[in-house]
Amino acid sequence: MLSESSLKKIDREVAKYPAAQKQSAVMAALAIAQDEKGWLDKDTIACVADYLGMAPVAVYEVASFYNMYDLEPVGKYKLTVCTNLPCALSGGAHAAEYVKEKLGVDFNQTTADGRFTLKEGECLGACGDAPVMLVNNKRMCSFMTPMQIDKLIEECK
Amino acid sequence: MALLGAINPLMTSGWAGGDAGWRLKDYVARGGYEMLRKVLTEKVSPDDVIATLKASVLRGRGGAGFPTGLKWSFMPKNFPGDKYVVCNSDEGEPGTFKDRDLMRFDPHSVIEGMIIAGYAMGAARGYNYIHGEIFDVYQRFEEALDEARAAGFLGSNILGSSFSYELFAHHGYGAYICGEETGLLESLEGKKGQPRFKPPFPASYGLYGKPTTINNTETFAAVPFILRMGGEAYLNMGKPNNGGTKLFSVSGHVNKPGNYEIPLGTPFAKLLEMAGGMRGGRKLKMVIPGGSSAPVIPGEMMMDLTMDYDAIAKAGSMLGSGAVIVMDETVCAVKALERLSYFYFEESCGQCTPCREGTGWMYRIVHRIENGEGRPDDLELLTSITPNIMGRTICALGDAAAMPVSGFIKHYRSEFEYHIENKRCLVPRDVQWAGSTFYTGPSC
Amino acid sequence: MGRQYLLYGAVMLEIEIDGQAAQVAEGSTVIEAAHQLGIYIPHFCYHKKLSIAANCRMCLVQVEKAPKPMPACATPVSPGMKIFTHSDMAIKAQKGVMEFLLINHPLDCPICDQGGECQLQDLAVGYGSSASRYQEEKRVVSNKDLGPLVSTDMTRCINCTRCVRFTQEIAGVMELGQAFRGEFAEIMPFVEKTVDSELSGNIIDLCPVGALTSKPFRFGARTWELSRRKSVSPHDGLGSNLIVQVLHNKVLRVLPLENEEINECWLSDKDRFSYEGLNSEQRLTKPMVKQDGKWIEADWAAALDYVSHALRDIAAKDGAESIGALLSPHATLEELYLAQKLLRGIGSENVDFRLRHSDFSADGKRAGTPWLGMKVAEVDKLDRVLLVGSFVRKDQPLLAQRLRKAVKRGARVSVLHASDDDLLFKPFAKAIAAPSQLPRLLAEVVKAAAESKGVAADAALSAIVPGESARKIAESLLEARQGAILLGNYAQQHPQAATLQALGHQLAEIAGIRLGFLGEAANSVGGYVAEALPKGQGLNAAQMLAQPRKAYVLLGTEPEMDTADGRAALAALEQAKTVVALTAFKSAAMLDYADVLLPIAPFAETSGTFVSTEGRVQSFYAVTKPQGDTRPGWKVLRVLGNLLEVAGFDYESSEQIRDEVLAGQDGFVSGLDNAASGVSLTLDVAASTFERVADVPLYFADALVRRAPSLQAARDAVAPTARLNAASLSSLGIAAGSLVRVRQGDASVQLLAELDGAVADGCVRIAAAHVDTVSLGAMFGSLSVERA
Ligand SMILES: Cc1cc2nc3c(=O)[nH]c(=O)nc-3n(C[C@H](O)[C@H](O)[C@H](O)COP(=O)(O)O)c2cc1C
Ligand code: SF4
Ligand code: FES
Repeated sequence: MLSESSLKKIDREVAKYPAAQKQSAVMAALAIAQDEKGWLDKDTIACVADYLGMAPVAVYEVASFYNMYDLEPVGKYKLTVCTNLPCALSGGAHAAEYVKEKLGVDFNQTTADGRFTLKEGECLGACGDAPVMLVNNKRMCSFMTPMQIDKLIEECK
Repeated sequence: MALLGAINPLMTSGWAGGDAGWRLKDYVARGGYEMLRKVLTEKVSPDDVIATLKASVLRGRGGAGFPTGLKWSFMPKNFPGDKYVVCNSDEGEPGTFKDRDLMRFDPHSVIEGMIIAGYAMGAARGYNYIHGEIFDVYQRFEEALDEARAAGFLGSNILGSSFSYELFAHHGYGAYICGEETGLLESLEGKKGQPRFKPPFPASYGLYGKPTTINNTETFAAVPFILRMGGEAYLNMGKPNNGGTKLFSVSGHVNKPGNYEIPLGTPFAKLLEMAGGMRGGRKLKMVIPGGSSAPVIPGEMMMDLTMDYDAIAKAGSMLGSGAVIVMDETVCAVKALERLSYFYFEESCGQCTPCREGTGWMYRIVHRIENGEGRPDDLELLTSITPNIMGRTICALGDAAAMPVSGFIKHYRSEFEYHIENKRCLVPRDVQWAGSTFYTGPSC
Repeated sequence: MGRQYLLYGAVMLEIEIDGQAAQVAEGSTVIEAAHQLGIYIPHFCYHKKLSIAANCRMCLVQVEKAPKPMPACATPVSPGMKIFTHSDMAIKAQKGVMEFLLINHPLDCPICDQGGECQLQDLAVGYGSSASRYQEEKRVVSNKDLGPLVSTDMTRCINCTRCVRFTQEIAGVMELGQAFRGEFAEIMPFVEKTVDSELSGNIIDLCPVGALTSKPFRFGARTWELSRRKSVSPHDGLGSNLIVQVLHNKVLRVLPLENEEINECWLSDKDRFSYEGLNSEQRLTKPMVKQDGKWIEADWAAALDYVSHALRDIAAKDGAESIGALLSPHATLEELYLAQKLLRGIGSENVDFRLRHSDFSADGKRAGTPWLGMKVAEVDKLDRVLLVGSFVRKDQPLLAQRLRKAVKRGARVSVLHASDDDLLFKPFAKAIAAPSQLPRLLAEVVKAAAESKGVAADAALSAIVPGESARKIAESLLEARQGAILLGNYAQQHPQAATLQALGHQLAEIAGIRLGFLGEAANSVGGYVAEALPKGQGLNAAQMLAQPRKAYVLLGTEPEMDTADGRAALAALEQAKTVVALTAFKSAAMLDYADVLLPIAPFAETSGTFVSTEGRVQSFYAVTKPQGDTRPGWKVLRVLGNLLEVAGFDYESSEQIRDEVLAGQDGFVSGLDNAASGVSLTLDVAASTFERVADVPLYFADALVRRAPSLQAARDAVAPTARLNAASLSSLGIAAGSLVRVRQGDASVQLLAELDGAVADGCVRIAAAHVDTVSLGAMFGSLSVERA
């Protein structure tokens, strides 16, 4: 189900924990699986469960608890804009409005061309750089003025 | 940017190189890993390390401000099985962004602090739990760990001593509650981050049920510096009962949001000045002095306070994680609270009744008030809900959700009443949120 | 104040609750201490058998010197502690929590299935306030399909997570979880999965609100309309205690009657839901007689007259030994006793209740009645166990649960079996091989134990060379402080059952551990007590089928399903001149082979006694009147005894019969002993390819459960397949999912091939006791598999 290279990455994570504690690698494994598949469908979750010797519902608990896992398909680029108070004070909320207008979608929606999904973020831990946006969970973009946003969206082909 | 300002910098003293100065060689050039070497080669006893920390009155930088030396001394000494050291880098408290920069610009100080912690508490393994949203920092930390391993600072018989220690990084994936130490442990065990009831405390029943000590990133980063200068000297940098310097993440309506390292006890006014003063020269309205869970303090009151645990507590709030959220007069107290209440509603782990049910209830009421649908008895209702949450939950998120509500209502009751009566905001519409425009970065 | 050290080592602390002084053991929680004093502290998430979650917060109480209220369920007592469960602080906290619990909970108790037995409803009366201050929209949670047994109304869920913890901690596999978080937290199985545990019904009892309810019972009645009567489960050997709830002479629900020594507070799904079979359309409610190939209803007098004449005729013409009786091990002690007394009274020794057994060579060599070898409650205290030939999870679900408990406490449980089924714990060591090889595997363990201990092994084992697993198992058993070797149903049904028993006995002696039999049926011990087995020249169950009789008396059994060789049973019954069936049910097959059907009461409709696998005598009363013209079996047998003029059949009550059988044995029967001497060991059976591995699926094991529709819809009741491991499949060139023809002797059936990695090499697992496989024949033996 998961590619060799993903499984290799998961093995590397498993090795961080004591032998009897494979389950500790579940968060990393789900992140790796999501990177490969785009989102976490039921089969992918079952596959991770099987690989780590966990009950599937225990993996589902984890996948549904943490915000950055997607249990539904998302666009090629998932943009998460932090609108929490410290960010909002420096334009975070405006940035979200700007992106919404520009892409023509609301939070939790995907553009018709399947390119972008917009998410409202809670604190990303980078409030000093507000407005901040996270691209596909991994790339933090700071000081996202309209010009920066335009540039980012242009880049995301 | 690396660092915008500091007074007597310790933990940020190595940040000058920014993204180019974090590597092992840079850290070593700054005198890094010398304390580890000293402890191991001179066979400084674990008790002496802990004594130094106790003397320094280093208080935990994660929020609660618990004395670190004391916490370390709780770890059982002759425990037959594994023991763990865990670093809490799940920085997710709105307004806090210091641990991110610590790991970006000086990850080895955290690593060295954690190794020394392992030595002092007899643990052979450590984990650093890093906020999932700062994945690039997690990756950098992993690289730093590889460097430390390659250099023999991690692994078996470190620097030829009998001390062996492994350290790994673990990332979160979007749950504020994993900042709570037992939620963190559950998450590290591969479960939902639902906090555990205490007692038992992690020192007796922690990761995988083994004795564990959890400290904040900044707490660990301070350790090598404290050992270098001595406990008392560190204490004297701050003020009694508030040892040393601390990082403050300043956000909101200042000209230069960012991290500042200042001695505890430094006046807030000084910190505000360092942060470039109020953006657009507008008037300071209110400050949340220690992260979003800390009760808000009106601006004029804040200007008289010093930045340390005791002074802020005396004023009815908390120094918390050192996240200073500065708000000017264009901010409506109701709207500010609405956003914070939404955060706690969204982040409640859902396990205990008062928090699961109460956070949503509070948010919905504040949301109604903000949207002109407030009812006359809403404030009374809100102030009777908060005490039913505080002190009744498994973890402090319940308190963290309730405190802003009672804090905002306490200081800005009239604004709430105005909203309820007039179905609109006391801050004139054209002014509202005016200070909160796109921020383009520090001018420097 | 302070600590007091008691003789037996537990430290007792002196504390005070609501002004009442108490001594409680150190390590207790406040809620336990309060319960000890009879003080009730409201709670939802706390359950004495589950881990502590402390999430509902309903149990908050005031503790002297504590600044905030403490959860009684999670707060350990400390010396001198003063607790106030009703102080202002405590009441305010409890009321606050109750308000939070109710804000999103529907307030429609009158239409809720839990109404009247809802802990939330009960407590809300005391702690809730009449008007809700919550004016926002209430949460709605979608329902989940948990399968045919448990119905959901998830909007009512208060997220106490008892059900989740039950599946994880007691049922042994986490089938439910709490997904999402905060206000959106939801209890659910994994996407589109059902809850398939054989213990699933317990989550209904555990749910303190109306979120999880019984699907078969749903809206059957309001609880206060139901009368509650005690009974005993007629299924496995455990004898779980039941509360049977009845309305208008109909059983509507079965709940556990808590008995810590037997079923604790649990029931298996079989015990809980089999009552549905009581109302099956196949219930026989009138005596019936076949005349000229046609069935006609008869009155009791005529039917019994017919029977007595028929038996008398055959005895006169062909000799009494041409009559045989096959008795169900699920029948009551009284029925079993009278049946054998009747047969013996008319001169036949051919009587047996061990219908699925195939080796009777221990007869006459047993030291006593085979039994569990210990109390049921001792099973979870075992520290070293060898489980031989047992599908324990399905055969005795609650004993499996106790074994899991033991494993959790650190016990090492090893397994010898023909199939490596998931027992929901990790066996310490295991040896999985074809059925024919089980005796040899056990002999290896015996030999290894003897060698390791330095004692002489039985001379018959001289050629045995212990393998690695055998040594590992033997070593672990030799370390036992509380050890046991347990022979499961499969071992008892095995063609070398006597060898297994003898070897088990030797091993027990060498290792200083106990030998136990896991009781197959409600009266597996009782059958011996009632002497419902042949003596001297009498034929045993297998012989009665192998050497067909002229007449058969069947008591509570459908031999084609209930015997070791259903095909042989059918053949024997079909050739017989007369088949008299005392039965609660009729079936197509029975209508074909029987000549008289006498409707006797199933367990709920008669008084009687089961002697459980631990030798415990449990008598029960009827909970309803018999349906139609049904009569209690003992009464029918009494009349037959009288009609056949057998002496000593003048019983007034079932108690009188019981007292005669037990002759003063009280509580537990005597004569329990698992030793056997003089059994000649059979160790050199050659393996054949392929060997049949036949389990008795739990919902086909007896006539009642076979007719419980909801259980028949459960996953454990799927139609049998031919299960082979990957190596076997590939050696045959057969793909999983394809149709195969299985031949056993001159019989054959077509089945779907299924991949099952648990099945031993060279074996095909094909369930017994199912209509689809009856025609295949014996549970043990060789067969061939080919593409169909
Ligand atoms: C809801 C909640 C969130 C928390 N978040 C963090 C966090 O992000 N980082 C942190 O270090 N401590 C956090 N804490 C505090 C930790 O529980 C713990 O006290 C701290 O990590 C201990 O480290 P210290 O003694 O070095 O401060 C949080 C606590 C609560 C109740
Ligand atoms: S207070 Fe909230 S976040 Fe903390 S354990 Fe309870 S429900 Fe979870
Ligand atoms: S019973 Fe104690 S918190 Fe639920």
